[in-house]
Amino acid sequence: MRPASTPRARERARERARQRAQEPAEGPAAADGGGDTGSTGDTGTRAPVLALRGVTAELGSRPVLHGIDLTVRRGEVVALLGANGSGKSTTLRTVIGQTPPTAGSIEIFGTPQRRFRNWARLGYVPQRTTAVSGVPATVTEVVSAGRLSRSRFGVLRGADRAAVRHALELVGMADHAQAAVGALSGGQHQRVLIARALAAEPELLIMDEPMAGVDLDSQRVLAGTLRGQVDGGASVLLVLHELGPLEPLIDRTVLLRDGRVVHDGPPSATPRP
Amino acid sequence: MDILDYAFMQRALLAAVLVGVTAPAIGIYLVQRRQALMGDGIGHVAMTGVGLGFLLSTSPVWMATAVSVLGAVLMELIRWYGRTRGDIALAMLFYGGMAGGVMFINLAPGGSNANLGSYLFGSLSTVSPADVRAICLLAGFVVVVTLGLRRQLFAVSQDEEFARVTGLPVRALNLLTAVTAAVTVTVAMRVVGLLLVSALMVVPVAAAQQLGRSFAATFAIAVAVGVAVTLGGTVTSYYENVPPGATIVLLTIAVFVLLTALAAPLARRRARAAAERGGAAGRGAAAGPEVACGGDPDTECVFSDTMVSGAAPGEARAGV
Repeated sequence: MRPASTPRARERARERARQRAQEPAEGPAAADGGGDTGSTGDTGTRAPVLALRGVTAELGSRPVLHGIDLTVRRGEVVALLGANGSGKSTTLRTVIGQTPPTAGSIEIFGTPQRRFRNWARLGYVPQRTTAVSGVPATVTEVVSAGRLSRSRFGVLRGADRAAVRHALELVGMADHAQAAVGALSGGQHQRVLIARALAAEPELLIMDEPMAGVDLDSQRVLAGTLRGQVDGGASVLLVLHELGPLEPLIDRTVLLRDGRVVHDGPPSATPRP
Repeated sequence: MDILDYAFMQRALLAAVLVGVTAPAIGIYLVQRRQALMGDGIGHVAMTGVGLGFLLSTSPVWMATAVSVLGAVLMELIRWYGRTRGDIALAMLFYGGMAGGVMFINLAPGGSNANLGSYLFGSLSTVSPADVRAICLLAGFVVVVTLGLRRQLFAVSQDEEFARVTGLPVRALNLLTAVTAAVTVTVAMRVVGLLLVSALMVVPVAAAQQLGRSFAATFAIAVAVGVAVTLGGTVTSYYENVPPGATIVLLTIAVFVLLTALAAPLARRRARAAAERGGAAGRGAAAGPEVACGGDPDTECVFSDTMVSGAAPGEARAGV
């Protein structure tokens, strides 16, 4: 990861990422490259890393999403906003395959979601659950689970352990590597969940309310972690209640109301939810 | 050690050790998934297998294995698809399994509920060499799965949604867990009996939770407790002429109580050490509730709570 310590250096890095994202596509053939799951399918183009078109979904038999169009391009940070029940979390859950859409299409790195297999390119941070599973586990054990997508048959090699350690350093939890997850504060727990997603070194981060229930110290650490990821070229889609400390990082906000997109544009133009 | 002079006691001790290893080994994943009583349900279903074994004059152990594996797979399918009436379907499966067992064994020539007794409460002294071979094979399977796939099973049991995003075959692993639990039930059937088997899956894990800080340590302690109580219970039952199954289960509960009593001072000492290590962590914990749920205190917060306990994906979804 490039060190980006000063605001100016960060701004330059962001600018480079934007330019990269705005380079012209290599032509239609490159964009429809046969659903390649490798990392060569969308290099240096404006190709979206995530594209939802007309996605509808139901919970039980209650329709929750009414045709969501949403695109995240390489290097972009998109915040999904909206009131409770507007369908933010459900939108994320259709992307990760937890809630199958009833209509519409979802493409991850240009591959239809159903055929997408290269999960290591995607890091997911679920809503933090306040209760912790009854069986004790250390921070390292939990974060190692995030590395399984890069490992073969669940065997973690030296490089995998190093990646787990690095992910913990990124969120400032390296000192707590052997701590029991159950003994952590809310903010520390959230940092562990983010480290778990980062352990696979993903290109697209999907986060559900990463700032919910997180103390101010941890909010600052998380904003820094996220900035580092974006500077390194990662794309981010995150559900937020309010922009808060992440606002300077966000390129675009998408506001949902009753399962529909009512705004898609710069953060400054976001209407009140 | 005159206890080892008898072939039946050698077999009994071997079977007891295998149960002591396998029951907590799969039980830890069930406890982690909040399906602690799944073993109990499978035990009920296995009764039909025992009854069928008698009726068809085949080995009750293998028949019970087949039927309980089928029952476990059915339970897992109900967990996926049964949104609202899942618990009712499970109840029917449990009690249908038990009733089926009683029915089949009474239909068998010369069979009566008395034959069922040794399977319900265990009967170590009647473990035959064929039983021991079956138990060894089945226990081998359980050990290979619970140790060989420990990282995958840990990930799936800890956070199913996240496991899906790492590309793990979540459904296949869930099915494998259910099948392994079913196999463990039949391994333990002759030692502690179908009605008490769930205790050996859950209580050693609960005891180990009091001491362990990592999953690996909890796993090891649970297995150690399992082996200690099954061996201890078997030996006690030999010398004191008390039923082994009940002895083992009561011993397990005693160990749980003992470890819980030991754990309280241990936890206090750890908390003190943690407090001394960093004031920052303490401040963070104190600031937590203030900003809980991003200052928007309603359903979304409730949702995050229910997600953990919502074992069924369907339940969790209903929360959005």
